[in-house]
Amino acid sequence: MNNIYDIFEKLDEKKILLSFKGTITPDLLTTILQIIESKLDDYDEKPKVKRKVFNILVECLQNLYHHIDKEIVIDAKTTYDKSALLMIARNENNYQVMTGNYMETKDVESLREKLDFVNSMDKDSLKAYYKEVLNDGNRSSKGTAGLGMVDIARKSGQKLGYHFLELNDTLSFFSLIVTISE
Amino acid sequence: MENLMLEGSAKTPKVSFNASEGFLELKGRSIPENSIEFYKPLNNWIDSYATNPKGLTSVDIKLEYFNTSSSKCILDLFKQLEKLNGDNTEVKINWYFEEDDEDMEEAGEDYQAIIDLPFNMIEIEEI
Repeated sequence: MNNIYDIFEKLDEKKILLSFKGTITPDLLTTILQIIESKLDDYDEKPKVKRKVFNILVECLQNLYHHIDKEIVIDAKTTYDKSALLMIARNENNYQVMTGNYMETKDVESLREKLDFVNSMDKDSLKAYYKEVLNDGNRSSKGTAGLGMVDIARKSGQKLGYHFLELNDTLSFFSLIVTISE
Repeated sequence: MENLMLEGSAKTPKVSFNASEGFLELKGRSIPENSIEFYKPLNNWIDSYATNPKGLTSVDIKLEYFNTSSSKCILDLFKQLEKLNGDNTEVKINWYFEEDDEDMEEAGEDYQAIIDLPFNMIEIEEI
């Protein structure tokens, strides 16, 4: 039973407003957004900060929803489902949206390149790149625009924090931290 | 032709497309997971409207939030309207944003830079 206390203490220490681990569905997404919106209202948060947190949360959640679309099969006995971790922290001077999910090790390099590319750009380059992708006429089969990370970086105004933990040749764990300053 | 009227929801905007008045409005939030599905009927409506448009078509975009999935759908919508803008049929976009919402103001400017239509940028207290 001490384990529950450990988890409680950790969440408390990290100032977690809300955390969820499980499968991301459209209904769950709506509920999480409603909870966060009402919390931001309770804190009487500045409209500007509130909008940024909400926008970034939408993109992070929809990334999880769209990109974790299959089970990762290691062998006959081991499969990883599309469950993900989401945490939102409220620190003294900022908010943080954190996500974690399994992904295939073979896809790590291309995602790392994409994130490094986004992080290499300043405000004006991000704006120019956003417009270029917006107007490129391409869309994935899921209807996603390929703009999620660019938009998150633009709205946060800070570098995206990320980490890949390679568990084995097939499976890796991807962590993302987005900071929104007050 | 018939008007297109849709109630807003937690993830989709209120839609009021009025053919006889040449007035099109999107209001609220556009954050659906599948934007293409939501915007398809809107694109279809504009296609029919384009066969017999009013002399002036006025488009009010009053969005509080929109996701990146919607961003390309909104661009497609503007591209359809861009084709309507000619010698006898004029199209005007009114892009509303809330006070201090620099992100929404910038989003309007991004579209303005891509689309060859007159944009009015209008700051209001609350959408």
